[in-house]
Amino acid sequence: ELDDKFEVLVSVKDPEKIGEVYEKHCAFQTTLPMFRNKTFTVRRRFSDFLGLYEKLSEKHGPNGFIVPPPPEKSILGMTKVKVGKEDSSSADFVERRRGALERYLQRVVNHPSLIQDPDVREFLEREEWFEEKLQEVESADQQFRKLHALVESLVIHRKELSLNTASFAKSTAMLGSAEDNTALSRALSQLAEVEDKMEQLHQDQAANDTFSFAELIADYIRLLGAVRGSFDHRMKVWQRWQDAQAMLQKKRETEAKLLWANKPDKLQLAKEEIAEWEAKVTQYERDFERVSATVRKEVVRFEKEKTKNFKRQIIKYLESLLQSQQQLIKYWEAFLPEAKAIA
Amino acid sequence: MMEEVKEVTSALSVHGHNIKITDVVKDGDALTFVIVSQKLSGTGEYHVDRTWDDFEWLQQHLFSQEDVPGLQGVIFPPLPAKASGNASAKIMKQLGVLGLGEWQPYCKALETFLQQVATHKILNKNKAVEVFLTSSDAPGRQKVKKNIFNRLSQAVEEMRKEGHKDVDEFFQTERDHNLVLTGCTKTAAEKFLDMVLTEQKIAVACGHFSAALHLCVEPGEDPDKKAFSRLCVQISEVFDSMKKNMTSVAENNVNTLGLGLDLESRYQEAEKEMLFRRTCKLVELENARRNAEKAKPVKKAAMEEVKTATQTEFQQICGVARQEIKQFHGVRVKMLQQALVQWCEKQLLTAKESTDQFNQHLQAFRGMAQ
Repeated sequence: ELDDKFEVLVSVKDPEKIGEVYEKHCAFQTTLPMFRNKTFTVRRRFSDFLGLYEKLSEKHGPNGFIVPPPPEKSILGMTKVKVGKEDSSSADFVERRRGALERYLQRVVNHPSLIQDPDVREFLEREEWFEEKLQEVESADQQFRKLHALVESLVIHRKELSLNTASFAKSTAMLGSAEDNTALSRALSQLAEVEDKMEQLHQDQAANDTFSFAELIADYIRLLGAVRGSFDHRMKVWQRWQDAQAMLQKKRETEAKLLWANKPDKLQLAKEEIAEWEAKVTQYERDFERVSATVRKEVVRFEKEKTKNFKRQIIKYLESLLQSQQQLIKYWEAFLPEAKAIA
Repeated sequence: MMEEVKEVTSALSVHGHNIKITDVVKDGDALTFVIVSQKLSGTGEYHVDRTWDDFEWLQQHLFSQEDVPGLQGVIFPPLPAKASGNASAKIMKQLGVLGLGEWQPYCKALETFLQQVATHKILNKNKAVEVFLTSSDAPGRQKVKKNIFNRLSQAVEEMRKEGHKDVDEFFQTERDHNLVLTGCTKTAAEKFLDMVLTEQKIAVACGHFSAALHLCVEPGEDPDKKAFSRLCVQISEVFDSMKKNMTSVAENNVNTLGLGLDLESRYQEAEKEMLFRRTCKLVELENARRNAEKAKPVKKAAMEEVKTATQTEFQQICGVARQEIKQFHGVRVKMLQQALVQWCEKQLLTAKESTDQFNQHLQAFRGMAQ
């Protein structure tokens, strides 16, 4: 049951050893709408908790916020656990640390400002963030394709208008030359000239539509493909890590079998292989963390650039639109006296 | 039915120049028009409901007046084709510009027809005009006897008379000129309509783009997402303004020059029909002369009578025709001038309004935080 006092309920489970590293399984329950799911979990290492504190205190400390501190590093306590010393003091240590981390995290998520911090969000919801972003990329792709099709349609109609205008100009010129009333004939000829000029304006506007918009949207459809590519690459790196963990597990099972079968010569090889795969697991996990962080930064940068680029283009588009309208005004103002002069 | 036409004074009891069609009601297929005319006595208005069939009734009566000398020399104000509430694509194409704008241009065209009939010195003496404009009952729907003005019924060989050489230079010139103008005007009106239809398509396309941009708006606290969403909404407003601009441009086109070209086109056709009637009478006269010359003594007197009667008719038609042509030349130039001036003024106003709008949008974007 969700405690009334807490909008996000945190529980940190006992650590699990994955490779060389202990990961805490953190579970969360929340009713806050800003989170994608009502319950979610994430696995975090102790160093992640410390890293979170460092980022938060750097960002919010200077503004006077009281940033809750995490439990301290204790090398002695941790070493006892790693070595596998099964005594009450190491069990105590594990429980004290677990509780401390749980309370630390609970304090952070209870803080109304800190819960909004993107680093906190990422700490809590890492995979959710990537899933959500990927979905956004998919739907943006769909929307941009639709927009592109619509702009292309607009361009086609403008070109059609250009042709229609030229056609009308011709027919007006013919009407003007067939007309025997002098002033009307003159006005119709002037009209034909105005329409010819408008044909050019429509063509220019079609070009504006194409180059200010259609091309930009097409670029972004391709860019979104590249974004998807980076997400795919991150997944590959994750898979490599998972595969290495599976391999490490197999090697450990092999070692256990050899111990039981009492084959000391093969045992040495098995131990070497375990060391090799433990190193790989550590390396691949670091790679995954690194690639994840990079993808995240890149996506944020992409989104900022996207807004900037669209803004720049719409300004260019509007400037061109304005030029067209102002030109149009000149043409109409020149024609009006001609029309009035028809007696 | 002719009996339904009451005995009224021959003069029209309402003003002709300011007849208005104030409303159009659609009931399934049928369209009913509300016509308001001002009493000459200044004591009020007449409000009547009429359908297109009633207009046709009026037109038939005008065509079939029997006691008017030279009636065939009249350039009859053209009645727009019948419109239906659920018009087929074929009818819409036939109506051209009149089929657009929710029947407003069509009403204007009918209004013009009535004004022209009611101010025509020969036609407005017809009692049918008074009945049409003032009777609270609908005029009779029975078809009047077949009139000589229905071109469609004319035999194919009669069409050859169109090219028959004239005896009068004035009329020959007018016929040649009319032939060229009719063709040119029809083409110009068609090309103009094409332009308007494309402008409407552009307006619709801008509307779709504007709506699609709204779909790019996503909920969320992320400041970058919010910034892009805000941008999409503003770009959507630009395209909405573009849609409004194009819609106005198309509307201006329809209501001024579109109507003008349409009226000019139909009026040229009406003059063409009048000239053709006169030509037919000319052919008839030439035949009557020949018959009288060649007639055997027993028939001679009868043939001479026919010749004389035909001659009189022809002269009356020519007399009326000359006046009508002179009037027509003046009226059409004035009408086209008005159409062109109004068109220019409206488009100028729309262009200025759009410029202001786009400028506002531009300033808003420039002022946006990065």
